[in-house]
Amino acid sequence: MQFMLLFSRQGKLRLQKWYVPLCDKEKKKITRELVQTVLARKPKMCSFLEWRDLKIVYKRYASLYFCCAIEDQDNELITLEIIHRYVELLDKYFGSVCELDIIFNFEKAYFILDEFLLGGEAQETSKKNVLKAIEQADLLQENLDFQIRLLPAST
Amino acid sequence: MSDVVEKTLTALPSLFDSQTGAAKISNRLKQLIKSITELTSKHDEESLIKQELSAMKEQVSAPSTSMKQMREIMVRSMYCEMLGYDASFSYIHAIKLAQQGGVMEKRVGYLAVSLFLSEGHELLLLLVNTVLKDLQSTNLIEACMALTVVAQVFPKDMIPAVLPLVEDKLSHPKEIIRRKAVLALYKFYLIAPNQVQHIHAKFRKALCDKDPGVMTSSLHIYLQLIQESPDAYKDLTGSFVTILKQVVGGKLPLDFNYHSVPAPWLQIQLLRILSLLGRDDQSTSELMYEVLDESLRRAEMNHNITYAILFECVKAVYTIHPKAELLEKAARCIGNFVLSPKINLKYLGLKALTYVVQHDAKLALQHQMTIIECLDHSDFTIKRETLELLFRITNAQNVSVIVEKMLDFLRSCSDEHTIIHLAGKVAELAEKFAPDNSWFIQTMNDVFSIGGDLLQQDISNNFLRLLAEGSESKEEDDQLRLYAVDSYLTLLNGDASHLPQRFIQVMSWVVGEYSHLQECVDQSEVIRLLMKLLEQKSVSSETRVWILSALTKISDGQTDLILELAESISSSQDTILRQQAHELRHLSLDSKLHEWVLPRGAAWDDMEVDSSLSFLDGFVSEALAAGAAPYKPPHQRQEELCEQRALNLEPYSFSLPVSLSSCSITDRHSPTLLSVSSGLSGNSTELSQKAGASTLILEGVKRVWGKDGYLPQKETAVTASPVDEPSAAVQPVGQQEAAERLEPQPEPSTQTNDKQQLASSLFVGLSTQSSTSLLGKSEAPPPRFRKKPRPHGSSLSSSSSSGTSEKSSSSRTSHNTTDSFLYGSLLEEEPAGFDHTPKSITANGLGQNKDVKEDRRTNTSQILGSDMVIVRPNTIQHNPSTSSDLTTLLPADLKDLPHSDVISLTSDPSLSVSSCRVFRDEALLLVIFISNSTETDIRDVAVQLNCDQLETVSLRGNIVDCLEGRSVSVCHYALLMDDPHTNVSFTGSVSYQIQPGHTNTLSFSGTLSTADFIRPLVVTTDEYGKLWLSLSHDVKQNLKLLTDAGDPLQTTLNALKDTLQLHIVDIIGSEGIVACRLLSGAPCLLHCRVNGSALAMWLRSPLPALPDCILYHCQRALAQH
Repeated sequence: MQFMLLFSRQGKLRLQKWYVPLCDKEKKKITRELVQTVLARKPKMCSFLEWRDLKIVYKRYASLYFCCAIEDQDNELITLEIIHRYVELLDKYFGSVCELDIIFNFEKAYFILDEFLLGGEAQETSKKNVLKAIEQADLLQENLDFQIRLLPAST
Repeated sequence: MSDVVEKTLTALPSLFDSQTGAAKISNRLKQLIKSITELTSKHDEESLIKQELSAMKEQVSAPSTSMKQMREIMVRSMYCEMLGYDASFSYIHAIKLAQQGGVMEKRVGYLAVSLFLSEGHELLLLLVNTVLKDLQSTNLIEACMALTVVAQVFPKDMIPAVLPLVEDKLSHPKEIIRRKAVLALYKFYLIAPNQVQHIHAKFRKALCDKDPGVMTSSLHIYLQLIQESPDAYKDLTGSFVTILKQVVGGKLPLDFNYHSVPAPWLQIQLLRILSLLGRDDQSTSELMYEVLDESLRRAEMNHNITYAILFECVKAVYTIHPKAELLEKAARCIGNFVLSPKINLKYLGLKALTYVVQHDAKLALQHQMTIIECLDHSDFTIKRETLELLFRITNAQNVSVIVEKMLDFLRSCSDEHTIIHLAGKVAELAEKFAPDNSWFIQTMNDVFSIGGDLLQQDISNNFLRLLAEGSESKEEDDQLRLYAVDSYLTLLNGDASHLPQRFIQVMSWVVGEYSHLQECVDQSEVIRLLMKLLEQKSVSSETRVWILSALTKISDGQTDLILELAESISSSQDTILRQQAHELRHLSLDSKLHEWVLPRGAAWDDMEVDSSLSFLDGFVSEALAAGAAPYKPPHQRQEELCEQRALNLEPYSFSLPVSLSSCSITDRHSPTLLSVSSGLSGNSTELSQKAGASTLILEGVKRVWGKDGYLPQKETAVTASPVDEPSAAVQPVGQQEAAERLEPQPEPSTQTNDKQQLASSLFVGLSTQSSTSLLGKSEAPPPRFRKKPRPHGSSLSSSSSSGTSEKSSSSRTSHNTTDSFLYGSLLEEEPAGFDHTPKSITANGLGQNKDVKEDRRTNTSQILGSDMVIVRPNTIQHNPSTSSDLTTLLPADLKDLPHSDVISLTSDPSLSVSSCRVFRDEALLLVIFISNSTETDIRDVAVQLNCDQLETVSLRGNIVDCLEGRSVSVCHYALLMDDPHTNVSFTGSVSYQIQPGHTNTLSFSGTLSTADFIRPLVVTTDEYGKLWLSLSHDVKQNLKLLTDAGDPLQTTLNALKDTLQLHIVDIIGSEGIVACRLLSGAPCLLHCRVNGSALAMWLRSPLPALPDCILYHCQRALAQH
């Protein structure tokens, strides 16, 4: 996978993950063009798009568009399911996820994505394992948080 | 912002209270987000963010800021970056946070680093120590984070530092660590494959890991490795098959199920690996038939994920060595896709068909009505994929319908990439299959006017070259040219203001070159039209140069008009235009000179150009004597300038501006101007050489000229079709026969008439294409427009069939009765029966011809018997063997040497002649196979080979007393090339007697390129350095850099090495040195340097022409890559 973008129906970017090195200008250009192209497509149209020399796979969940760029030999349907699995993960983590969860906790959404996809490839496809990894990190974080808050009190 | 968001925003305060401490920290972020959503204009947002950023900037540099606050700032700056604002001041702090913070800060710090910095960012170096520390940490989370960041962004040069640590992690007790370590190594492999070569054994261990997650991750590496060299991993086939069997059989923990399908990602990865392993390899393929069958069977649930697996299965089945039973099942699967009401599946069905028609074109026939519906689909993506499919099944009979559909699509399309892509395809089809001149010119006109200036340069170059070089018959060429001239004059008579520049350039060149062929048009009228063009404001100055050179060519005898024109342009701002106007004036005043410089209608090969400009020697020495500074080539001047200007640390650099400037000058030259300017105004050899080199984009026209005058150029490869296209294997005779068999529909009554008609015109000629295309790479189709003489046999058959096929396709379109399904099964059952079916229907003369061909094919396979080498995996077993099988007949001592594919040169009913190039160390062996296609003996077979430019060192087996029926005789010539030529053509003949006293002759011809005569020159870097200094003739040029995979320099050099047999001496940083030699001994040294997005290449050799030739082949190799 080359990159993944999440954007709203209004065209606001919510998440971006680039797995290929590109300069900022190029990233912005791609994002702008792609958001426009995808938003212009009608709901009944197919989820795939040939764009430049890439294949774009996108899917809309409520007000959010999930959009992945893959290479020609990659399997479009499985990419669609990667998106779906990611949404499932977000859903499980946040508990019926909505756009707001992602806006306000976008760093969490990134953490989940990093546990699921690494370097553009599916890292762990078991839902349970991904969430376990995230929870462990979160737990540690909160414990530390807790300790830190206790520390000034005890001294 | 939507209403929902609005509503929730009002409820935000309560939301915050309920959240944990972590949320409180990011309160500032929430405020920021909230205030942004409340803003209405982009401008307000901008000023708000600017404010926010400057506040953050202040905060990060304040010493009192705690790590906790820093973390919060980092999240905010990530948010600002996502909105598209620059927060680069925080990058360094992200690294600091990862370095100094506690676990929670680290996590955010690492995330920020991976989002902010992309590969190659210099700040990444500062991260290395932190990563090292964390990798050694006993804290699982820290180690995980370090591995995650390593697998995403890591400086390439620092890989050795962390490699041992990452390697150790492969045996870590925790599977999550092992998994991430495997992926980190995968990443290393992608960016620096050499670094991880030593740990391949550990990859195998990861493959056998007890945790399915780790094993899945290791497959990414294997997929990559196997893609690069499938042969090295054949031994793993069994393991992959076993794993897939277990997965399909549901042996994995249920966690890995996805919508009750066991580990679909794993399955797909395995299927892709298996298809790579099974390609071209029957025995390996046999190992996987069972599991593929199982996969096809199991994936029956109606869910996207099962379709994803099915799609990959189908691809695998068609990629590996074919098995009829599986193919049948896969074909049925494709049917399910194509006929599905779900649009995504339909798209994949079309994609699968596009892939499959290369192997079996009749599948497209089965789905013709669906394809036609998709052609009119409202979805752009579907339409485009359908056209892609049609492109693959184009043949001489359906070309006009398909091209029309493609042009229709292009007219309504606004996407640049699609236009460039499709217009190129139309041009390719037009050149390959054009039924007649008028259609060809008309289609190219459409391509030029629709594609406009987006078109790739080589489309117009190829087109012009085609016109310029012509085919064997001058009469036909002139007709084509005349047609083009007529068509352009009509266009120019109309409103020309909307025409794209590229098109005007093409038109003016053609008109300038060939308008004299049209006798009924007055030249002054042509001049008037061209002058009208010049007056238009919309015409760019580059185009003006083209128009002016066209005017220069036809100015003869029109002195008044021309002088006036030259006068008006000589005050132009553009120096090149001014120079041309000057030349124009001179030439029109001196008609003798004009005649001499621009002989009208002269054949290309008659012209001679003194590219060394020796006639100027007198002038130069006079000037030098008068005190002029000696000439320095531009690159040298620039280098000196650079040296003066600043520190230049790079020894060989010739900086970008040079090549740019020289290119921009020469790019403006029209192809013909070259000769003019070098003859008249050029005052330096260097410039004209440079010009020659960089106008290469005008290959066709320009490359005809070399230092030795005309370079014979028979090579059609640039325009000829790539071999892998399905249509490439179409044979004219086959198409003929196909037309007979075409049928529109099993139930004609259910479909509307015009759709059927469209179907029959689109799918005409497909059914036999299937059988011929299965022959693999046997023969390229005879393109309609051929540059130079070709073997007699094939040219005869092509012209005869293209003549008749036109008629037959039109008369046959509406009423066809044969059932394709019936025919399809026939084809699969018995190849022998195949011979008889068409006999009764085919037109007499051609039928005869076809039978002979068929016979020949079946009998070659008989000869070869069990030794048959399968050239392509997709050839169905029982199909007639290809001519490539002849390689098995190579003498034992040559078999192991590298050799080319076998190319069929010519054939007649009794003999067929093929050739193969064997690359021996000291010479090129041209091996010629003569196969007797008849049952009877052929006597006194003698081969005669002529080539003036090559030296024949030895030959063997060129006379055979008796060639028995159905046998093959092999003779070979050892050839050397003394003087480098880009391409050399050879001709030859075979004489033989079927009846005593009656000698038949069969002539053949072919082309060899310099590349065939080049061998790697193995030298050390030191030797290279010494040799470099001792050589004099040098050429410089900027080439395309391949950036598709890994290190661009490495990739590019490897690509060159693969095509051109070069030796890569050394690669140091962004520079690489490469050496090769011509067989006769002359070395050529190449010095390559990455220069921005280009590869600056500097070649030196003792032979003046050698660098040019090698450069030409390098360019071709890279263009084709």
